[in-house]
Amino acid sequence: MITAQALTKRFPRVTALDSLTVEVPPGVVGLVGANGAGKSTLIKILLGLLPPTSGTASVLGLDVVTEGDRIREQVGYMPEHDVLPPDVSATELIVQLGRLSGLPKTAARERTADTLRHVGLYEERYRPIGGYSTGMKQRVKLAQALVHDPQLVFLDEPTNGLDPAGRIDMLGLIRRIGTEFGISVLVTSHLLGELEQISDHIVVIDGGRLLHSSSTAAVTGTRERLLVEVTERPEALVAALVGAGVTATLSGRMIEVEIGDGVAYDLVRDRVADLGVGLVRIEQRRHRIAEIFRAVPSEATVAADVG
Amino acid sequence: MSADQTGVIHDIGYRHYTGPRLGRGAIVRALFVQSLRGAYGLGRSAKSKVMPILLLVIMCVPALVIAAVVNGFKLTAQPVPYTRYAVVLLAVVAIFVAAQSPQMVSRDLRFRLTSLYFSRPLGRLDYVLAKYAAMVCALLLLLVSPLVILYGGGLLARLPAGAETRHFLLGAVGAVFFAVVLAAVGLLIAAFTPRRGLGVAAVIAVLLVTYSGVSVVQGIAQDQGQDTVAAYAGLFSPFTLVDGVQVWLLNARPSSPVGPPGTTGGLVFLATTLALLAGSFGLLVLRYRKVSIS
Repeated sequence: MITAQALTKRFPRVTALDSLTVEVPPGVVGLVGANGAGKSTLIKILLGLLPPTSGTASVLGLDVVTEGDRIREQVGYMPEHDVLPPDVSATELIVQLGRLSGLPKTAARERTADTLRHVGLYEERYRPIGGYSTGMKQRVKLAQALVHDPQLVFLDEPTNGLDPAGRIDMLGLIRRIGTEFGISVLVTSHLLGELEQISDHIVVIDGGRLLHSSSTAAVTGTRERLLVEVTERPEALVAALVGAGVTATLSGRMIEVEIGDGVAYDLVRDRVADLGVGLVRIEQRRHRIAEIFRAVPSEATVAADVG
Repeated sequence: MSADQTGVIHDIGYRHYTGPRLGRGAIVRALFVQSLRGAYGLGRSAKSKVMPILLLVIMCVPALVIAAVVNGFKLTAQPVPYTRYAVVLLAVVAIFVAAQSPQMVSRDLRFRLTSLYFSRPLGRLDYVLAKYAAMVCALLLLLVSPLVILYGGGLLARLPAGAETRHFLLGAVGAVFFAVVLAAVGLLIAAFTPRRGLGVAAVIAVLLVTYSGVSVVQGIAQDQGQDTVAAYAGLFSPFTLVDGVQVWLLNARPSSPVGPPGTTGGLVFLATTLALLAGSFGLLVLRYRKVSIS
């Protein structure tokens, strides 16, 4: 869907992207990074609106430097900042923007009505945008990115400025774009937590470098572990589990056991019974992507070496 | 509440668009039509229709009065030549340019609508072309409508039809000259002043203040018998500049005390006009090359 090879963008005073190499698959992809990490710069380059200093990138198989026009025909873009004029209605604005994406007049009207309904704007779509709440404005911005039925949308900080309920609605909407609408999504946020709920794949960048790129399932799934607490002799249980070929470590009073293919459950039960100790609890522990950041220093070095 | 909405959306389902997608020409044309409509407030709030429509009416009322006078008093010629009408009502024209140029371009810059435009298959040059063409056409509507009324009045009064038609067409060509120059100047100033009020003031200043200045200089120079100075002073305001061109090219009656002197003078006026056009357009393109998307 998107590939970048040693992509670098230097501005006179800062390096926004530093030899970024990343492969982004179709689906909902979260692009996470702190403010100034290079997320918006990356999107502008991918839209073909900003030439990279060096390196190459392609979107939907099209080169960002030479085929920007064709990329912009097939992608949608929701900017981070407020970009809406207050003196027109949502319908009027989206019809106009749809036509500028190449839709014929009638198609632009139909698609506008459809898209505004999908993002959840109903009666208010005929009123001037100046009177809209932040949540409604974000929906209008999202609708203009979708009106021409793109194959891919870039959503730059779509939850910015929304209250908690508004965030949940927006995240649900983004998930639906990826699943029900079948449109790939590259969505940015500085909040990892909200993107891991809705993304199939997470890319983390910092200081213009790649920190991490993997599927959400790979991160939260394969690292699934059991937390086991016993009344006494935990070290003996660890030794017994390791002896049975399972990765188990002691951290404090708790034992962390890798689930592997599922044999761990029975194994823990049996070994606990063998040792004759009391089992206080046994629970699943899903790793959250936030834990990626614990490994940041080492992975950053790896990424830099690869680049 | 939100669960209900989701349910509704589930039922309808998302439909992909399989129809035609138009090319660059159609996209530029769409922006042109939107902008031209916008210049008269169509598709915008009622408030934004007031000013342009009012100015169009004010522009046409004197023409209606003249047409009535020509018919009522059985005049044998138009009291105001077609080519002079724009200069006679230049204050109205200047206010239109000042009010609508910011509407045409500053609005997009101020609300960063350009981010939404340029992330579509619409180039910067395409944008400038569409906006410029729209402003020229908006001005033509303002300048030619009263000429049509004058022409109708003239024909109704049975003025010689051949000569009337010829004068009307020359007047229309003159209107094109005015429109292309005023649109370029107005858009250029507006594109550099995202604040609407500032843009209005700047355009008024450039169009009206220079005209007043030139008129004063011309008056004094003529008093001193310096006709050449008076003539070339006309180069320094857009209205007198274009008027000089139509005096020379269309044989119009000068609105300034003196028209451009001879062929040399005519060529100087024409060259200055072309340079002004090229310069304004070039600067506009440069301006938009620098507009980044947010």
